[in-house]
Formats: sequence, structure tokens, C-alpha cells
Amino acid sequence: MELLLKNAKLIDASGERYADIWIRDGKIAEVGKDLVRPGKSVDLGGKVVLPGLVDIHTHLREPGQEGKETIATGTAAAAKGGFTTICAMPNTSPVIDSPLLVELVKLKARGQGWVEVLPTGAITKGQKGEEIAEMGLMHRAGAVGFSDDGKWVQNAHIAHNAMRYAAQWNLLLISHPEDSTLNADGVMNAGPLADRLGLKGSDPVAEVAAVERDIILAEATGCRLHLTHLSTAGAVAAVRRAKVRGVRVTADVTPHHLLLTEAECDGYNTLAKVNPPLRTHEDCEALLAGLLDGTIDAIATDHAPHKDEEKKTTFDEAPAGIVGLETAWPLLYAHLVQTGRLPLAVLIEKMTAGPRRILGREDLALAAGQRADITVIDPNAQSLVNPADFISKGRNTPLAGWKLAGLPVMTIVQGQVVMLNGKVGEGPAAQPVAHVG
Amino acid sequence: MTLTKDLLTLEALNAEELWEILKRGNYYRERLDKGEKAGKELKGRTVANMFFEPSTRTRMSFELAAQYLGAHVINFAHQGSSLVKGESLLDTAWNIEAMAVDCMVIRHGTSGAVKLVADNVRASVVNAGEGKHEHPTQGLLDLLTIWRHKGRIEGLKVVITGDILHSRVARSNIQGLTKLGAQVVVTGPATMMPDTSDWPVEEETDLDKALQGADCVNVLRIQKERQEQGLFPSQKEYFSFWGLDQSRLSRDMLLLHPGPMNRGIEISDRAADGPNSAILDQVTNGVAIRMAVLSLLNERSGH
Repeated sequence: MELLLKNAKLIDASGERYADIWIRDGKIAEVGKDLVRPGKSVDLGGKVVLPGLVDIHTHLREPGQEGKETIATGTAAAAKGGFTTICAMPNTSPVIDSPLLVELVKLKARGQGWVEVLPTGAITKGQKGEEIAEMGLMHRAGAVGFSDDGKWVQNAHIAHNAMRYAAQWNLLLISHPEDSTLNADGVMNAGPLADRLGLKGSDPVAEVAAVERDIILAEATGCRLHLTHLSTAGAVAAVRRAKVRGVRVTADVTPHHLLLTEAECDGYNTLAKVNPPLRTHEDCEALLAGLLDGTIDAIATDHAPHKDEEKKTTFDEAPAGIVGLETAWPLLYAHLVQTGRLPLAVLIEKMTAGPRRILGREDLALAAGQRADITVIDPNAQSLVNPADFISKGRNTPLAGWKLAGLPVMTIVQGQVVMLNGKVGEGPAAQPVAHVG
Repeated sequence: MTLTKDLLTLEALNAEELWEILKRGNYYRERLDKGEKAGKELKGRTVANMFFEPSTRTRMSFELAAQYLGAHVINFAHQGSSLVKGESLLDTAWNIEAMAVDCMVIRHGTSGAVKLVADNVRASVVNAGEGKHEHPTQGLLDLLTIWRHKGRIEGLKVVITGDILHSRVARSNIQGLTKLGAQVVVTGPATMMPDTSDWPVEEETDLDKALQGADCVNVLRIQKERQEQGLFPSQKEYFSFWGLDQSRLSRDMLLLHPGPMNRGIEISDRAADGPNSAILDQVTNGVAIRMAVLSLLNERSGH
């Protein structure tokens, strides 16, 4: 399969330039001016070409919760959102805690995935926080990282052992930092609003204390530690201090924690229930500052689909989670880049090279010889968030009606166009990607 | 006008609406005092008491209020945290509504649960106590009691003492009292104190300081399991610092308690049964205020 992209504005780590890109056999064969090559050609008319977006935190829900999402629908949503690679979190049913289950996710993704799916495995068996799981064998089977996501490894002794064990093979541990003994079953951010609504508050110290303990253990063991979905100013400060003294720690933040505050929960809006909870304006500002100064390495969606009826209940009972694959890039483009709060180059870095570096994978440049994982965005295309239009089975977002801009218009995975103008599977010869994983 | 179909919170009402309910409550109180219990205001209407949390006095109070106005009353009590397996709160509400019920009186252990039902049914909904959120008819009956004893509410200093954090009674009292111009001081252990930074109240740890110059004190029930949760060390220590003993009351200070009382823990016998206590008067006013709410909603909801 060959494809020539004409009149593209290329942006990657090496900067901006106008050129044509010729894609052949899954790779970028050539980048240059005024290329003429055999086969299909598309005139991009100056639209922006990026290395493919990477999401290191996606819940695909398969196996076990296919009513919420499947590998097919989740990866299609990812393709629509401009992602070419996503990491599947292991808190499925059953939990991905053995090499066989890692193989299962890979097999399913190979047959039905529209983008590259990198599986992750659990740190502890069944994510119960009691015994460490077969991280070595899962790594050999293809797991790129290990996480008890949804929960923190509460027991410090187990966490310490898991880090010592992971460090021997330089494995990546992804921590969901939230001390459940401190957050005391909180369902939204602790503070005057939670107390007015009569909802249990989750205190920010539950995150900060967990982050600090994990950093201390990572420093002691030399383990590669990634702290996912930071939500508090205190956690950002803790990671900043750790990086200054050379701890091998990385961090990510979600679009919803950057843009939304606890105020969304008013009126018992279950669509705004998420873990960690939406915090305050000051936390949003601290998270943005963390992105700008390099404390936070990546933006991750924490795409967490749920069924409509599961959210149509009381705030206490509703499951936590917000979908994000189809909104992450254009939402941040509209509300951080177009508003001048975040340079475009930083947004690109935090959604491409940043997450790749966390995973220990090579950076993808827009240059000959590189794998052709490419996202094309239209800087002039705008729309509004409309959950009814989502490809994901999950419609659970409090962002309905929010402006989107810089819409992804083409997603190319390993040389194959999987999304064109918002449609997945209708591009030239599009079919699920037999990715190399 | 926010008081139309439902009564969910006092937060949603303005002073004018609060006074309208209080005046009608006072009218019903006078009718009850004359032994007039054969009202016809709700004749032909059906009120469903739906209690998802154990309650005796509030359920009886609503039941009698509806009967004194001539309504049909049905009671649904489901104790425990979850409903019949597989049936959601909304399914239960839709089923009860389908039996031609005009008004649902709902108590539920989860904040926001009564609003969830109200947003999804055509029937009128009255919040009879919801999670840690609000208990509007308790707030109203406390207001009625204070007004009848003091002759006014504006300018009074009212102290609320105890487990403010977990108390729906405190939240409704604070809303109602401050909207009618009273000054509210809350007091209790720091572990049971909410973040009041944007609430219209003052916070004071020392009960005796809080009571200085107060016109009324409302003593909240302290649940014994809060001790097991590590929120206070012992009943003895609690009573010593925040328990209401007769010696702490000045002569004209009105004493309220929403009941049921833990005698000897948050309130002493001498105070509960003493000259300042309006606790049983509150119970009578509770029936009157619920008659007022049910009759007003019946007029407003267009049934």
C-alpha cells in the first residue's frame, strides 16, 4: 500500500516545515518538496501532520465488560481522536494478571483493533494488593507496563517489593496514587461544595501522601515509576521536587483535570464523577504549570466508558469515569492552545514524544525510514462536543457542548488510513490493523 | 417561585416562600391545638411514604399530616442499603407512580437520591431527609418552633452543636435560619466539622463561648458509630466539651433537638426535660409543617 500526502505542514520534535510525505509498506519512504510518486495521493492543502498521538491510559473494558466498551469500539474511538497507539489498562474482568491474558488482549487487538494496542498487566494478582503478579512473564508476553489502576497498592511492604522486583528488569510501574485510607470513600473533591451537597469528600492529601510514598520507594529501589492522572497542586509539587533530585519518576494529567473543576459535580451531576475527582481552579493552574515546566511528561485520557444507565443513578452509586479518546486533542487545542495558555509544540510533545518516552519507546519523527503512524489535523475545523456522535460505547462526559478545534481529520496507523474526516473504517482499504505490538 | 412541584431543599427557597410555609404551618398548628383533624384539602389524593432508611417519627408525622388533610396514604419501607435485587431506585419510583400516586414523601440515605427521583417522575416529591444533604421539613419545623417561642427569627443568634458534617438537619437549619436573618454559629469537634469557608455561618470550637448571647441552641444527635470511626474518643469526652447540660443554658435560651435523643451523650436529662426545652413542641410542629407543605404542593403542582 502506497500513499502520497501532498502539501502538508509537518510538526514534530524537530520543528515545522512544509513538505510532501510518501508512505510505502507501513513506513515513511520519503519526505520532500513536490514529490510525484505512483499510487494514491491526497492533497492536504496545508493541514498539519503530526507523529501519531499516543494515549498511555485507556480503558478498553474487554475482556469482561463489553457492554461498556470493546477493543473494536475503543480503538475506533481512538482512531477518530487521532490516536495511533493506546495502552490498555488491566482492570478488566478478569484482571490482566497473567501472560495468557496479555496474549488474549494482543490477539483481540490484532484482529479487531483500529490502532496499536499496548497491553499492560497488573502489579498484584487480581489487583488485590496482596501478592505480586507474574510481571516478568507478562513483560515477555508483551506488557509494556504494570498497574493496579483503579486502586493504589496500599500496603507499603507489597509496593516496596513490587518496585524492587520490577527494577531488576527495568519494568515500568504505573501508579494510581490515592491512599484509600485517607480518602475515606470520598466521591468528589473534599471541600465546601462536597460538604454543602452532603457528599463524602476525597481529600487532596490522599493523593499527595500516595505520591510521596511512591516516590520514596522508587528512589530507594531505582524502579521506573509513572504516576498517572495527577489531580492536585500538592502532587505536582512533589513530583517536581523528586525530579530535581533525580528520581526516575514521570507523570501524566488528563484533559478533564486540566480544564474542569469540582463545580461540575453540583446538582449531583454523575457525569462529573471521576477518580481522582475534579478539584479546584488552583489545582488546574498547578497542573498546567507542571506541563509547561516539564514536571508532567504526558497527557493521558483515562478514557473510562460506562453505560448510560450506570450513570443515571445517585452520585454515590454511579461509577467513576469520563470518556476522552474522541475529545482529548481537539478539546485541548481549543481551550489551551487557541487561548494562548499552552504552546502548540508543548501539546504535541505531551501527546506524542512524552508518552513514548515514558514507555521507553523511540520517538517517532516525520522522516524517511520511520514507521508511518501519523495524525493529520485541520487547524481550521471546529465543532462542539456531542456525545451522541461518539464511536465509543461510552457517552459519559460532562463536556457536552464544549468547543472543539483543530479536529483530527486523518489517522494513519502503520501506513494504513484508519480514519478519514471523522469516519473510521471508510478510508481507502481500511481494516483493523495487524499491528506489530 | 421555586416551590411548585417538589420540596427538595431549603437552599432553593427564598425568604418569602419560607414565610408562606411557616404561616400556613402556624395555621395548622392552631387547628391541631383545637383538635381539628378532619381536613379535606387532600381529599382524593394519594400520598406515598417511601422510606429507604429506618424512621419512626418522621414517617408517622408525614402519615398523620396527610391523613389529617384527608389523603389516602400508603407506606413503603425498605430498610437496608440496596433495593430488591435488580430493581433500581428509579424503577421503584416509576412503579409506585404508576399506581396513581400524587405525592411521594421520600427518605433516602444517599445525598441527591430524592432529587434524582424528583427529576424523573411527574408526581410531587417531598424530601423527608436525604443522606447528609438536607431535611427541609425538619428545618421548617425548627423555624416554626423558634418563631412561635421568640416571636421573630431575624436578628436571633442560633447555635447548632454536634456532628455538623454528617447532619442534614444542620444544613437545612443553616439555610432556613440565615435566609430569614438569623445569625448561626456552629460548634462541635473538628473531625465532625465541614469546610464552612463559603457557608453563611460562624464556627466556634468552644460550646460555652458559642452560647454567649445565644437565643436558641439546636443540639444534634451524635451517632455512636462515629466513635468507632475515630471521630471522637469517648462519650464522656464528647459530653464534657459539647454535651448540652442545663448548667450551660441561660434563662431564655430555647433548647431544640431533632430527636431521637441520646440522653447523657449529647444532652442531659435535666436539659432535655427542663424549662428551656421545646423538644416535644417541635414534634407537634412537625405534623403542622408537613400539613402545610403537602397542602401547598397540592395547590401548586396543578394536580
